[in-house]
Order: sequence, then C-alpha cells, then structure tokens
Amino acid sequence: MNQFVFDFEKPIVELEKKIEEMREYAFVENVEISEEIARLEAKAQKLRQEIYAKLSRGQLYQLAKHPQRPYTLDIVERIIDDFIELHGDRRFADDPAIVAGIGMLGEKKVAIIGHQKGRSTKEKLFRNFAMPNPEGYRKALRIMKLAEKFDLPVLSFLDTPGAYPGIGAEERGQAEAVARNLFEMSHLRVPILIVVIGEGASGGALGIGVGDRIIMLENTWYSVISPEGCAAILWRDSSKFNEAADAMKVTARDLLEMGIADEIIKEPVGGAHRNYDETAQILKENITRHLNELRQFSKDELLDKRIEKYRKMGHWGEG
Amino acid sequence: MVWFRRKEKGVLTTEKKQIPDGLWQQCEQCREILYRKELEKNLYVCSKCGNHFKIRSWQYIAIILDENSFEEQDSNLQSVDPLKFKGVKKYSDQIKSAVKKTGLNEAVVTGSGKIERLPVVVAIMDFAFIGGSMGSVVGEKIARAIETAIEKKNPLIIVSASGGARMMEGAYSLMQMAKTSALLAKFSDRCGLYISILTNPTTGGVTASFSMLGDVIIAEPGALIGFAGPRVIKQTIGEDLPEGFQRSEFQLKHGFVDSIIPRTELKTKLAQIIRLLWSEGDNGSRE
Ligand SMILES: [Zn+2]
Repeated sequence: MNQFVFDFEKPIVELEKKIEEMREYAFVENVEISEEIARLEAKAQKLRQEIYAKLSRGQLYQLAKHPQRPYTLDIVERIIDDFIELHGDRRFADDPAIVAGIGMLGEKKVAIIGHQKGRSTKEKLFRNFAMPNPEGYRKALRIMKLAEKFDLPVLSFLDTPGAYPGIGAEERGQAEAVARNLFEMSHLRVPILIVVIGEGASGGALGIGVGDRIIMLENTWYSVISPEGCAAILWRDSSKFNEAADAMKVTARDLLEMGIADEIIKEPVGGAHRNYDETAQILKENITRHLNELRQFSKDELLDKRIEKYRKMGHWGEG
Repeated sequence: MVWFRRKEKGVLTTEKKQIPDGLWQQCEQCREILYRKELEKNLYVCSKCGNHFKIRSWQYIAIILDENSFEEQDSNLQSVDPLKFKGVKKYSDQIKSAVKKTGLNEAVVTGSGKIERLPVVVAIMDFAFIGGSMGSVVGEKIARAIETAIEKKNPLIIVSASGGARMMEGAYSLMQMAKTSALLAKFSDRCGLYISILTNPTTGGVTASFSMLGDVIIAEPGALIGFAGPRVIKQTIGEDLPEGFQRSEFQLKHGFVDSIIPRTELKTKLAQIIRLLWSEGDNGSRE
C-alpha cells in the first residue's frame, strides 16, 4: 500500500525514511550505528509529538479524512469476536455504506452499526464513499430494534462525509429515514454508545448518532456541514476549508468544549492511520468502560438521562 | 418585495415601476398581477394558478387559529452567536439585521391557541428570518412548545418553512435535530398528537428531524420538500432533475406525506383530524 502523506506529515515521514535507510545500511554493511539510530528515533518521536500537538483545525479535518485511517470494519475485526454481519433493511435493499451486525466485545454481546468507507477505487464506489441512502439508515434501525428486543447495547461508529444527495435517496425518503432514526434512537431501551472514528458530517452522521454518550477519536471532526461545504457557501471556494473549520469549530476538542462530545479518545502518536492495532486496543478499552458504566442504569433512568442530554444542547439568551 | 427578485430581472424591474407598491402583487409562478386585497382574502394563494405565496408566521397564525386565541410563549429567547462565527459577515450582525427586518426574535413563533375551539400548541416557522434556519433558539423554542403540549395534553402543530440547519452555529445547530426529535419521542410515548405542516420550502435539517415525524403530515400544494437541496443533487449527479422533483406532489406519490391540502381548506381539515384522533383530557398513555 502506497503511503499517503499530508504536507504537515512530511518532516516525520522523511525522518522515518532516513532511519529505515540507516537500519538497512547497518545491516548490509554490518556496522554498529545503533546509538545514532536511537538518537534519530528519539528525535522522530519528539517531532511527531510537536507536530501533532500543533495541528490546526483544517489539518485535523484532513487527518480525519486520511485515506489510510482505520474504518469501521478495520476496528470491528480487531475488537469484536464472532462478528456476524447482518444485511438489508427488509424494505428496499442492502446499503453497503452502512454496516451492521452482532458480536462479542470481550465477554459481552453487542450490536454494531457504522458508516463504512472503501479503500480501493472499486471498494469506494461499492461503499458509495460511506454516503448512505435511506435503506442504510433503515437497516441500522432494524438492527437497533433487534438489539432492543434481545437486550444488547448498541455501538455506533460514525465516519461519513454525509448522507447521499441523489434522486433515488429523495424518492425513498432520505429525510424521513434520518428523522425516524433520531426519534427511535432517542427512546431505544438499550444503551447506545456513539464513537466518532473519522468524519461526522451533518445529518448523515447524526442519523446513526443519537445515544447516551458521544466519544470521539482525537483526530476527528463533527459538525453541521463539512468545512469544505461551508467554505463553498461562504466564500464560493472550498479550498478555504481552514477558515471554515475555525469558524464552525469542528474538532473533537471543540465538541468537548461545546458540551456535545463526552470524551476524547487519544490516538497513537502520529494518528490512528499509523497503527490500527493500537488504535483498536485503545478503543476497545474505552468502549468497554463506557458500556459497563451505562449498564448500571435502569432502562428508565437511561432514557431520562438520554433525553435530558439532548434537551440541554445549544446556547441561547433570554432577553 | 421579494417577488420581483426572480429570473428575467430586466422585464420585471420595468413592470415593478408600473405597479403601485402595496396595491398590487405579482405571482412569481404565473406572473399574473393580483390585487392585494383579493390576494389577502384568498389567504395568499394565486387565484389564477393556485401558487401558495410564502407568508409570514403571523399570517399563518391568522389563517389556522381562531381569532385572538393565540398566546405566544418564549418570545424573549434570542440567538447569542455561541461560536463567535465570522464568515463574510459576522453572525451576530446577521441576527441583528434579521431581527430588525422581521420584527421577530427568531425564525419560529410558538405558543398556544385554538382551532375551531380545540386547544392546540403551535410552532410556526418564519422563512423571512435567516431562511427559517434552525439554530439553538429555534430548537429550544420548539422543544419548549413540545413540553407545553405534553403538560397541557394538547395537540401539537408545527408549520415548517426552512432552508435547513443554521451553519453559523456549527454542531449546536445539528444537535437541535436530535433535541427536537428526542422531545417528540417523549411526546409520542405519552400518546400526544402531532400534526406536521410542510410549506415552501422545507429542506435540510428541519425535514430530517421534526418535520417528517408528524403522526399526520400535511403539505401545501407545490412546496419544495426534501433532504438535500436541488442544486446540491444536481451538482452531485451531474444531471438535470426531473419535473416536479421534491415537490409536495412528488412526496405524496412516494408516500412521505399524508395529504396535500390547500391553504384555504387547511383550518377546517386540521380541526377534523384533531377531532378524529384526539379527545379532551387525553393524557396519553394507552396502557
Ligand atoms: Zn399564479
């Protein structure tokens, strides 16, 4: 797999390449330069920390869309045992832009739903770039109802550039599908944990995004429109996404400050795309902890708290 | 007068000059010049082509509620620019000019009233206020209206007119979709009756939340109703959109609205639906 590199990652990648070359040289020529290599590795680690600590909102937005970021199924295959994928909305079709299924998270049964991006061109088209049609939202709802019936908590992974704006999507009621999920998720009688793993674009993300807690990986974004979409509207120039990201405050840290996200989950240094296994492990620990906490509440308490959580969202004045 | 802003500007500007302002109004659909008094009497529906003019929230209140029955609630709620949003214009300035222009504090008016003496709680959106967009205040006012309906055990009517969520409030505006939907779930669990009325236009985050959640969904004729805007869809698929796409009649055909009711019959039909589904003291649990 060819590595995809953003400009701001270049110094790190160059240094890493140099370290790799030195290792090879040391091996081939059989010379002892391990001290020099260790020095450079320490330097690389420091550089990673420095660069990633200072990323702008626009850069974080780019990281969230990094083509090598782990997607829903990359995470599911690392943290869920006995995963069975369940297909179709029983009304129209199966939407590959959303995956759903059941499995074991450690010792506990869970239902899983999530947006699914594709890696290769062919797969991207198959997944429709993780832009769901109504049947995707309806499949997710069907699996949530199944979870409710058999008392499984729901784990929802958000990673979409938006619901698909197409003729068929409108004919089949994209708006109704999203609205219905918001409504049903608000009073589904099992715990729902929302995990933002990449892009949280608007109603397309929220359509499987109502729950008891919202946790976000460090390098993710979530807002009412993508910074590029916002820039296209404001300045008729989507390349001004940096300014738009600042104006809308779209990062995980922003969402935590706004009281919308409940927690930020640290990624491995350099971002989730640099280490899937470690990212998955970190997610597994945190997801398990949150689900255990949510299991402590009675069903009525859970629903009261959930509605109260959304009831409080927003800022207004009373003049 | 917004009606003159549309296509073929040159022609219309000359025409505008010839029309005494206030006495006549032109239909933006069939271009018929209508006598304003007649238009008012016909509830702002073109007598020639049936076009439903965009109207203000207070006009809608007068159309569906019994005379002098409306009592507004939460009119003091105001937007506060929580993100200090700066685009081309400052959001705080946009709010100020919208307040000045519309005489309203926000894009929805909420309160209680009567329809043929039946008590109702209403939320009526006003497209003139920043395109009827939903920010924190719109979400909060609708949430409070739903709570009033829960408390009073009254039917709820929401009239939508909106271009969608209000970008200038970022994720806060997005979360108003969840907030209003969550309260509607609570209302529905108590067997509250909710009638949603979709007017031109109802798109974006409003359609994808409370607008599509009515027990009964009514559309005005010819209203644009959809999730994505037509321009975005056209751009994405690179094709022209079919005739009548996303209009009320399209939504009826595809099964997403119960009935298309002209404005002139709306009040009578609303009362009928309420009488058929709701009874006084309905507290809402059918256990
Ligand atoms: Zn006309």
